[in-house]
Amino acid sequence: MAGNVLRSMVIIRNHTPEPCLCPGPRSPQTSLLYLPRSVFQLCRDSEELAVRRPALSSASFSRGMQTVTLIPGDGIGPEISTAVMKIFEAANAPIRWEERNVTAIKGPGGRWMIPPDAKESMDRSKIGLKGPLKTPIAAGHPSMNLLLRKTFDLYANVRPCVSIEGYQTPYTDVNLVTIRENTEGEYSGIEHVIVDGVVQSIKLITEEASRRIAEYAFEYARNNQRASVTAVHKANIMRMSDGLFLRKCREVAETYKDIKFTEMYLDTVCLNMVQDPTQFDVLVMPNLYGDILSDLCAGLIGGLGVTPSGNIGANGVAIFESVHGTAPDIAGMDLANPTALLLSAVMMLRHMGLHDHGNKIQTACFDTIREKKVLTKDLGGNSKCSEFTAEICRRVQDLD
Amino acid sequence: MCEMSILQPPPAKYGGRHTVTLIPGDGIGPELLNHVREVFRFSCVPVDFEVVHVNSAVETEDDISNAITAIRRNGVALKGNIETKHTMPPSVKSRNSVLRTSLDLYANVMHCQSLPGVQTRHKNIDIMIIRENTEGEYSSLEHESVSGVVESLKIITRNNSLRIADYAFRLAREKGRRRVTAVHKANIMKLADGLFLQCCREVASGYPDITFDSMIVDNTTMQLVSKPQQFDVMVMPNLYGNVVSNVCAGLVGGPGLVPGANYGRDYAVFETATRNTGKSIANKNIANPTAVLLASCMMLDHLKLYDYASLIRNAVLTTMNETRLHTADIGGQGTTSEVVQSVMRIIQIKIFN
Repeated sequence: MAGNVLRSMVIIRNHTPEPCLCPGPRSPQTSLLYLPRSVFQLCRDSEELAVRRPALSSASFSRGMQTVTLIPGDGIGPEISTAVMKIFEAANAPIRWEERNVTAIKGPGGRWMIPPDAKESMDRSKIGLKGPLKTPIAAGHPSMNLLLRKTFDLYANVRPCVSIEGYQTPYTDVNLVTIRENTEGEYSGIEHVIVDGVVQSIKLITEEASRRIAEYAFEYARNNQRASVTAVHKANIMRMSDGLFLRKCREVAETYKDIKFTEMYLDTVCLNMVQDPTQFDVLVMPNLYGDILSDLCAGLIGGLGVTPSGNIGANGVAIFESVHGTAPDIAGMDLANPTALLLSAVMMLRHMGLHDHGNKIQTACFDTIREKKVLTKDLGGNSKCSEFTAEICRRVQDLD
Repeated sequence: MCEMSILQPPPAKYGGRHTVTLIPGDGIGPELLNHVREVFRFSCVPVDFEVVHVNSAVETEDDISNAITAIRRNGVALKGNIETKHTMPPSVKSRNSVLRTSLDLYANVMHCQSLPGVQTRHKNIDIMIIRENTEGEYSSLEHESVSGVVESLKIITRNNSLRIADYAFRLAREKGRRRVTAVHKANIMKLADGLFLQCCREVASGYPDITFDSMIVDNTTMQLVSKPQQFDVMVMPNLYGNVVSNVCAGLVGGPGLVPGANYGRDYAVFETATRNTGKSIANKNIANPTAVLLASCMMLDHLKLYDYASLIRNAVLTTMNETRLHTADIGGQGTTSEVVQSVMRIIQIKIFN
């Protein structure tokens, strides 16, 4: 047996919850393992597989601490990040936080980029949690969100919208997910002044990006036990561009026969969404429609203060974020509501396969909101952020 | 309902009777427009319809050209939605779009009001939506620059933006409205929507009695589903108009309730606000005729036949709010013919009193 063993160095990255066939402990650092060549081959294959496929299976596989890059952000960002860290600690979640700042700096060659230590941390951990970032006006550099998107090729924006029991809105039983293509479409930023008084703005739809987002949507639906995927478009007017998007969705749907695929016009979706949101499941769409619809759906469940969001990138990177603003008027006063960032963090736990911890924290959060005894001001109460956080921590510990 | 002093409807020729082009369209269009003709006949409205069919299944543009010529001749039209089949090559444009751009029907106006007889989640909504109807994302200018990459152009011009903003403010003043909100996405589309917003501001400065503000489209939709009562008059480019008008129609009870009008300098075309073909409910006698009937009342107002317009409108609203005879789309069990019969009964009672 000893003669068959080959000394191989296997680098195990800790982003994948896919059950790897490699024996031995998982650790965030490089591990030197002595393995037979055949097992080494299997490991490499499954690793490639994990990198290629969006890692969203429900297989709970995680031994030891996982590193997550935390970007607190500006305004109320730091206090809600602290709240989330406290709650995670109370839940004994196996997460090790690495705090980083992403304020843009000018790199070599004069191009704006995020600080190299932030990039290095994210490349290593593959998972990020981000608070709200200030939009720079006349700072000379583009918005940080745009930079992050470009740096990590965050092509899919995922927002699950679920009605929060206890936070009453006119819409109950909302349970849908909007998946928005995040790199092209109407937000390409390509505009020209043709002649004085005539402006053209270019909407770009490519085969590659449409196929990628469609595949992600179906993969997400399959991994999260969703029954149907609806493509939202306006192909009656934008025949070629939305037509291309629709064609790609149809092609991908062919390979996912277990998921029902439907197509619906954007205006019909809007019309039906405000009358009966329960008829929708997973929605996939290009950039602009996604922007409008995802905010519409956030409005249905109570606004940006309670909506989680995740951005999936190429190479297995995923950054989860709260989508509300920095709220500079209440920053530092312990009045902020950490729900949005907390729910995004729960989304992150599920992405990493830590479903038990995710469910525990979510239940504690929803129970707190439902009880209505300790609520922040925007939720209708008058407690402080720290009190709200403490209440959730208490419930999390009780759930153990 | 909407009568702009700048538009002069055609004088009634032929013995005091008006001729109006009628385009049945597809889906529920034909049956509902037949009901309109029935109600008009019953009420002795002095309007004759010139029916022009547009076949959406053929690739040639002859049908829609005939329809456009008929509308140029008569000046006013009532239409159902014409279906756009995706199986056709992209060179075959949406017929509805061709009609709007050829006749330069630059303003699409929709008035969303909560109806007391209809159960909705939000109450006391009263929003006027003015949507630019000819350019923007609906320019149908697309090309495949390299294989697998398609570019679609969104055009915003100063002239059209000024024109629609001016229309919005004049309508607001005429109707006694206090506030106009421009909906845009100028933080991302800085040049295009930036130009639109700038034009709105320029026009607003000439109307100091009306408050002007602006809102980004995603925030607008979020506000519409939580607090729609804050909006008064809204003006916006084409695509956002599509989204916002459908959201508002959904808020007040659905596509079967809200009429819409498309106004140009010389022509006016009336239809339902959300422009649905309703293929799945066609010919089943379950479609809601309210939107089409109210659209025909808007048309009668445009032709200055105010008495007939009020007569029919009151009958429709009485059926909706008092008799509570509702079709399936608003939670009732009535059929289309039952609703139409009720309307005609109320008209009969009114005429003979």
